[in-house]
Amino acid sequence: MSLATLLLLADGRLPSGGHAHSGGLEAQVSAGRVGDLDGLAGFLRGKLATSGLVAAAFAAAACHRTLGTSPPAHLARATPPAHPPRATPQPAHPARGDQTPPLYFVPDISDLDQGLDARTPSPALRKASRAQGRALLRAGRAMWAIPEIGREPHQPVALGVLARAAGLGPLEAAVAAAHGTVTGSASAGVRLLGLDPYAVHGLLARLAPDCDRVAASAAARAGDPVDELPAAGAPLLDIGAELHATWEVRLFAS
Amino acid sequence: MHPDQHTHAHEADEVPHTHPEPGVDPHLPLPDAPRALRIGIGGPVGSGKTALVAALCRALGDELRLAVVTNDIYTTEDADFLKRNGVLPVERIRAVETGCCPHTAIRDDISANLDAVEDLEDALGPLDLVLVESGGDNLTATFSKGLIDQQIFVVDVAGGDKVPRKGGPGVTTADLLVINKTDLAPLVSADLSVMDRDAKARRGELPTVFLSLVEDRAATPVADWIRSLVAARVPAAR
Repeated sequence: MSLATLLLLADGRLPSGGHAHSGGLEAQVSAGRVGDLDGLAGFLRGKLATSGLVAAAFAAAACHRTLGTSPPAHLARATPPAHPPRATPQPAHPARGDQTPPLYFVPDISDLDQGLDARTPSPALRKASRAQGRALLRAGRAMWAIPEIGREPHQPVALGVLARAAGLGPLEAAVAAAHGTVTGSASAGVRLLGLDPYAVHGLLARLAPDCDRVAASAAARAGDPVDELPAAGAPLLDIGAELHATWEVRLFAS
Repeated sequence: MHPDQHTHAHEADEVPHTHPEPGVDPHLPLPDAPRALRIGIGGPVGSGKTALVAALCRALGDELRLAVVTNDIYTTEDADFLKRNGVLPVERIRAVETGCCPHTAIRDDISANLDAVEDLEDALGPLDLVLVESGGDNLTATFSKGLIDQQIFVVDVAGGDKVPRKGGPGVTTADLLVINKTDLAPLVSADLSVMDRDAKARRGELPTVFLSLVEDRAATPVADWIRSLVAARVPAAR
């Protein structure tokens, strides 16, 4: 596992469409439920424990499912094994990231996609998740050999498949999902509320152990059947997202 | 092109596969018709980007297969303006939401704009021209080359005749600089010859045009510039 690769995948600068989304924060700010750093802290904790846990679990599960189907060794341009099984060095087949056809078989993960649909009552949030999944796939295809998993998978499913293609495991996929859940909304909070960016990063540092904990618990269940994966919900996020989608003037897409 | 070195041994458990002939390009030839020419239109708030897009739709809508992507800072105001004015059928216009950061969506993370362009091509079939209008931003906003082929930067006379001298990546590097609202020059005491001189100094050989959409509703110099690009891109038959 490459730590630098994990950092790349979890970096907010990854061009994967996240900057246009507040993760539900804009709706709650407008409703007066979040107005300061304490409010943001409560929002992020709640989000991490609910949709963050679900996202982490599905990212881990998608990664785990793809794990069993390792690409043929001579095609694994992006994921050299830590200990090459052969003494002879294998020439990597250079391939253009943007045009590469799917290189290896992936088991059907559509049940994970459907499982996330079932856990996301708000159509606006389902749309936002799929839009971000599509954008993440686009970024991923430029970086690693991504198998064909459909045009618009949910974001956590795309994240799990990307993690695997990058040579990462379910725990790393879950950490990236949990991390993205809180940092995306936190950055939106800086823009929406004019919060002190240092104070917000202090908050994120305090939340980091919670992200690790949520990710570990999600990754531990990565092999479970889809119906047994976490299904924590946050009704106010769903209600807020539906109202937000009807606004004429909004700063974020969701 | 990557000739296979064949230094590795094939093993029994490998998936059967073939290697390309060394010296033969294994890639498919490029399709005859290239994808649509994509032109980015950027510039400060209120400089007349949307009005220019509307004028270009009126001028080019009948002769080119055309679609438009708008990037609003918030709302879908610009897309709504174009739809209301009936310059282009509504299915040829898409709005992208940019989360407070219009320059991010055209430069650093272009995914939503690329999705919009692809969706338009999927829905409408092959296109000749896609105009991508940036949300109003500042003088540093430029488009990524991953999103567009050529970019137009629009400034207006009422913003002050010092704007070309101030420069910035938009003014200095855009493939076409449009100095808009020249009809207002006497009202705001702007000297067009100063703007022309400064633009030449900043931009070297790159073209600059003066425009007043009040006097020229078809934005003729800009439309002609686009026509020449499209003609150069699609040789002969169309």
